[in-house]
Amino acid sequence: MVVKVHPLLDQKEGSLHLYLGNEAIVRGALEGGVSVAAAYPGTPSSEILEGFSRIGKSRHMYVEWSVNEKVSCEVAAAASFSGLRSLCAMKQNGINVASDFLLHLALSGIRAGMVLVACEDPGALSSQNEAESRYFARLLEVPVLEPGNFQELKDMTAWAFDLSEQLHQFVIVRSCTRLSHASGIVKLGKLPEPADMAHFHFDGGLLDPLTGPMHSNPASLRHNWQQEKLKKARSIFEDSAFNSYQGSENPELLIITGSAANLYSKEAVHMLGLKDRVGIVKIGTTWPLPQDLVKKHLAKASHILFVEEVLPFMEEQVKMLAGENAAEVGIKTFYGKNDGTLPMTGELNPDIVMTSLAKIFNIKVDTAPQEWSYYAAVDAQKLVPGRELTFCAGCPHRASYWSIHNALQMVGREGFVNGDVGCYGLAIISAGFYVMKSHFSMGSGTGLASGFGKLREFGMEQPVLSVCGDSTFFHAAMPALVNAVHNKSNIIMVILDNGGTAMTGFQPHPGLKIDAMGNSSMPAINIEAVCSAIGAKTRVCDPFDLSATKDALLEFLEDTEGTKVLILKQMCALSPEKRSIKQYRMSVDKSLCLADTCGCNRLCTRVFRCPGLRWDPAAKATSIDEVVCNGCGVCADICPTGAIQKVKNPEAAKGHAKATVS
Amino acid sequence: MPKPQLAKDPYNIIISGVGGQGNIMASRVIAGMLALNGYNITIGETFGSSQRGGSVMSHIRVSQESVWSPQIPKCTADFIISLEPSEAIRVLADYGNKNTVVVTNDRPVHSIQVISGAMNYPSNVQIEAFFAKYTARSYMVNATEEAIKLGAPILANIIIIGASVGINLLPVDREDFKSIISQQVKPQFVDKNVSAFDIGVKKVSTLK
Repeated sequence: MVVKVHPLLDQKEGSLHLYLGNEAIVRGALEGGVSVAAAYPGTPSSEILEGFSRIGKSRHMYVEWSVNEKVSCEVAAAASFSGLRSLCAMKQNGINVASDFLLHLALSGIRAGMVLVACEDPGALSSQNEAESRYFARLLEVPVLEPGNFQELKDMTAWAFDLSEQLHQFVIVRSCTRLSHASGIVKLGKLPEPADMAHFHFDGGLLDPLTGPMHSNPASLRHNWQQEKLKKARSIFEDSAFNSYQGSENPELLIITGSAANLYSKEAVHMLGLKDRVGIVKIGTTWPLPQDLVKKHLAKASHILFVEEVLPFMEEQVKMLAGENAAEVGIKTFYGKNDGTLPMTGELNPDIVMTSLAKIFNIKVDTAPQEWSYYAAVDAQKLVPGRELTFCAGCPHRASYWSIHNALQMVGREGFVNGDVGCYGLAIISAGFYVMKSHFSMGSGTGLASGFGKLREFGMEQPVLSVCGDSTFFHAAMPALVNAVHNKSNIIMVILDNGGTAMTGFQPHPGLKIDAMGNSSMPAINIEAVCSAIGAKTRVCDPFDLSATKDALLEFLEDTEGTKVLILKQMCALSPEKRSIKQYRMSVDKSLCLADTCGCNRLCTRVFRCPGLRWDPAAKATSIDEVVCNGCGVCADICPTGAIQKVKNPEAAKGHAKATVS
Repeated sequence: MPKPQLAKDPYNIIISGVGGQGNIMASRVIAGMLALNGYNITIGETFGSSQRGGSVMSHIRVSQESVWSPQIPKCTADFIISLEPSEAIRVLADYGNKNTVVVTNDRPVHSIQVISGAMNYPSNVQIEAFFAKYTARSYMVNATEEAIKLGAPILANIIIIGASVGINLLPVDREDFKSIISQQVKPQFVDKNVSAFDIGVKKVSTLK
């Protein structure tokens, strides 16, 4: 029997693979000899640890979904201290979480190579901000590398381990959505055998970073070492092949760019036929900037355009350099974010870069007949209805918020929900009936609630709720709950337990028996027991049981003493366990549906608005969309006339998944 | 039959649809088939938390030469393959031009604005009229209906892939599909996926 080798483990040097950007990063780390990888999921970084988790066992790696990003860095650092190359990966927000530890680590330095992959989200396509690690790198005083294509995602990640060991400092590799969630052809390198012996040496001198205890004291001394490491990085970067130039020796305009913006620049120059007039300097080693190299390129042209995402990081660095060296490089005209040539916020694309170039060169962009585009846009606008975000069909959150909304309406007094990061954040819009009135970072809903809950003595009578997911509970909400209980804050924390880190693709968390290595008998931390042990009055309900959920909420809303926790436990509709098994077969008895004349004013389609329902305005009837409906049965329970009906699906009763086809 | 040549380089394909329709798998299968034939491929995907019930889109760049941007420039899509008809219109108006070819599933997925009655979904007649006015060629395939007959609505994406290969624009064939789908699904599901592909090829041939 031929054993199929995972595409990430292809041993054949030089073979070509179509990899997702995040897979290219995984392959790069494998080629760099990584032994330990840890992460907390976050779009667009999640596929990195997922990749390691698929092949970890066969590579004798340790792979972990950590409880949060800070712990993932600590796990990776422990490996590095013990002589194993390690990687941690996170989205941009993760660096905020990890920064407390990272600021210490940057002072202490590391031993075996350690790489932090930051996958960022210009345009905030799947995020609540478009923050970037380049500014963090400057604050942390550690190097940052920015791959500019798929091959470089692999090659630079592999190289980052060597660099990290040369400097005794961890290195940040910065990717973004348009690279991490894009795919391209990657040529493979050699796959080494990973190291498998770990030992933490600590019996050298107290101040010996290579054989002594690991710590960051005294900061004054180590800060100096840290700066020396940056100087060394700068000198290595001067000769790096990851900085390149494409164009003539005397271009009219020089573009300085990196990351995905490198590809947009290339495309825009090509589309406008400016190849002979524009040179492109692609910087891969963004921080610390290789100054001699940049000076050499600056001398080529008097007009410089910066194309980068998001804030003008390179623009600031290069302008400072040009200012200090004006006598040598000459006086420049700069275009970029500062002068408004490119927008200061949001993601770029080839069209935005093209428009800027066209403005600088005073040429007309004419990619399509203007008339066609105009009329197509006008007609499409008239025809195509909007697609507002909502919860999936059969999502437990819709049912949970339905009960929360109704309970708050019944009690009155303008009660409100404080939320945090997860699909359930959609309660700030119609998907969750607008019950959420504050929405911030991981665990912040409960922290804010803890504060709001203490304002009774200032006359605030509003009921205060928070929501958080099961993964978020472990990540950041536990300290907030401890705070609320200890300070007798009068709140209801609703834990929306859908059995995994659902939003990012159902990664396991400490509440489950499974882990990233494929083990299925790990100790699962029981959320209910934790909350009870902390001292909160704790209840568990199935959110699909609308009346029990509403009753529990009403009881808690009447109880004005201390902190209450309601765990609403129901598996995500997209979970591997539930996928393609409908609990109920749904139908509508047309003779019972009163549609617009029903006293309910169309609760089902006008208010509840599950995507599994359909409203036919011509026939004035509600129906079920068989393809979309996931068979949760909740809409049958909200229909006052009994027109929507549910019948237990015999296949679901068997308790196992029916055969899926993909 | 020899495989057709691509009309230009880079050739730009967009796969569109709604979250949950198997959009990403469709883009990987089509890109995989093209990569198998030696093309340099870049796929840019828009997915993640922002896509709950929202529009999803993959941009595929196909080139003999170079790596291109994972976002294609506006008005330069050569071929739009859509798993949902109104999404095909949205993407065509944004990224297409008068020479763009469209293959789309004819089965609507209603957004919550349509479900609530706040907005109307266009009729098939309106959709076809739009394509007639703004495309070089368009094909509306009843892929979901056929997939339901196969017992798995999700196979609509594979039927649409079959239809897209069936109109002879892409330099790929049935054998390429078989080899790529074998890497993507468990062995016991390969035959069913190949049947779905064949249905797509056949359906689109009746529309010519």
